[in-house]
Amino acid sequence: MTEKRKAVVLVSGGLDSLLAAKVVQDQGVHVEGINFYTGFCVEGHTHAIRKSDKARPKRNNALWVAEQLGMKLHIIDIIEEYKNVVLNPKHGYGANLNPCLDCKVFMVSKAREWIERNGFDFIVTGEVVGQRPMSQRKETMPVVSSESGADDLLLRPLSARNLPETLPEREGWVYREQLHGFSGRSRKPQISLAKQYGFDDYAQPAGGCCFLTDANYSAKLSDLWQTRGEKHYELDDIMLLKVGRHLRPRPHFKVIIAREEGESRFLQGYRKQFSHLETVSHTGPLALVDGDVDAEDMELIARLVARYSKGRGEKQVELEVTGLDGVRHRLTVAPLLAHEIPGTWLL
Amino acid sequence: MKTVKLDARNLLCPMPVIRVQNRVLELDPGTLLEATCTDPGVLNDIPAWCRINGHRIVDTRVEGSDYIITVKVGECSNE
Repeated sequence: MTEKRKAVVLVSGGLDSLLAAKVVQDQGVHVEGINFYTGFCVEGHTHAIRKSDKARPKRNNALWVAEQLGMKLHIIDIIEEYKNVVLNPKHGYGANLNPCLDCKVFMVSKAREWIERNGFDFIVTGEVVGQRPMSQRKETMPVVSSESGADDLLLRPLSARNLPETLPEREGWVYREQLHGFSGRSRKPQISLAKQYGFDDYAQPAGGCCFLTDANYSAKLSDLWQTRGEKHYELDDIMLLKVGRHLRPRPHFKVIIAREEGESRFLQGYRKQFSHLETVSHTGPLALVDGDVDAEDMELIARLVARYSKGRGEKQVELEVTGLDGVRHRLTVAPLLAHEIPGTWLL
Repeated sequence: MKTVKLDARNLLCPMPVIRVQNRVLELDPGTLLEATCTDPGVLNDIPAWCRINGHRIVDTRVEGSDYIITVKVGECSNE
């Protein structure tokens, strides 16, 4: 009896990895999933934070994909190791601070280590030639195979017929003719294949699955590095960049103002790490202050926060200010007028 | 039956799921793992992870702002 081969698929939670896994599963291969958590994943967080998203299902799409396929999913925390990918990408960044090619090389290399440890035979990804401008081009896909060390153990079932034969194909673990030859940016072939398989509730994130592809997010991360004078981050830093309005009225401090109740609740968890302000006389957002500020700065911050409160049209708004030492005092200020907040403050 | 406790408060998904997953790997089948979390996303994500990986949710309760989920470790091993 032929030994059942085992493959691990990199699962993002999107359609391509779902289909890639299904194509290989249908050839009798035992498939399990790996989902890498970098800290920049769009998955999950914003749903949990924002109250306005409450009506949306809070499912984790990688887990959903695994359930659809009846396969195990291993979620792996790579937050620390991933920093080097973001901070020092050998192949540079894409349109924003997205190191897509280095990211793919890194994830496939982690998958290679995983299959070696766990006695699996090959790696599957949902990559399609020409689908993405950086990591999924005809010239860069071999870079992922070689630099990750996966070489011909890396099978891309959706695009395999456009690519050199891999070991699983040569060895007859999978049949090349049952793999696909998708290419280009069109999603039509994937959508058609999903329909054939009866998948209709899959995730289609507009900007991909990573915050680093987002221009606004990248601008905030870039500001963080510039003002700190070094390229460095901790998980809390990158989580906070996902939440609230970030305004920098002066070079030496930034204010993070919650946009709604869910964000205020999330920011409450950071009150011990930052000076913060809450409106007292009117309903308003929680705001954190990142940077060393004096009394004059704090007055400006209070006026700014008041602008985003229900008292924005009033002559005065009272706020409570809590310092890093936990000492509280109150300030009564006139909310800034709209024209007093230059667009350049908003990150 | 042995019950092991896990504090996964102030973590956003998928971190509580990862903490549960990594703790389960160290436990014998049949052990109960009681995870205390604050992200409501765990109400979907931990049961989904358990269904996929052969473990069972035996209790879910809410205490104040905490979501307490008890997982019975199954026979299936993970990584």
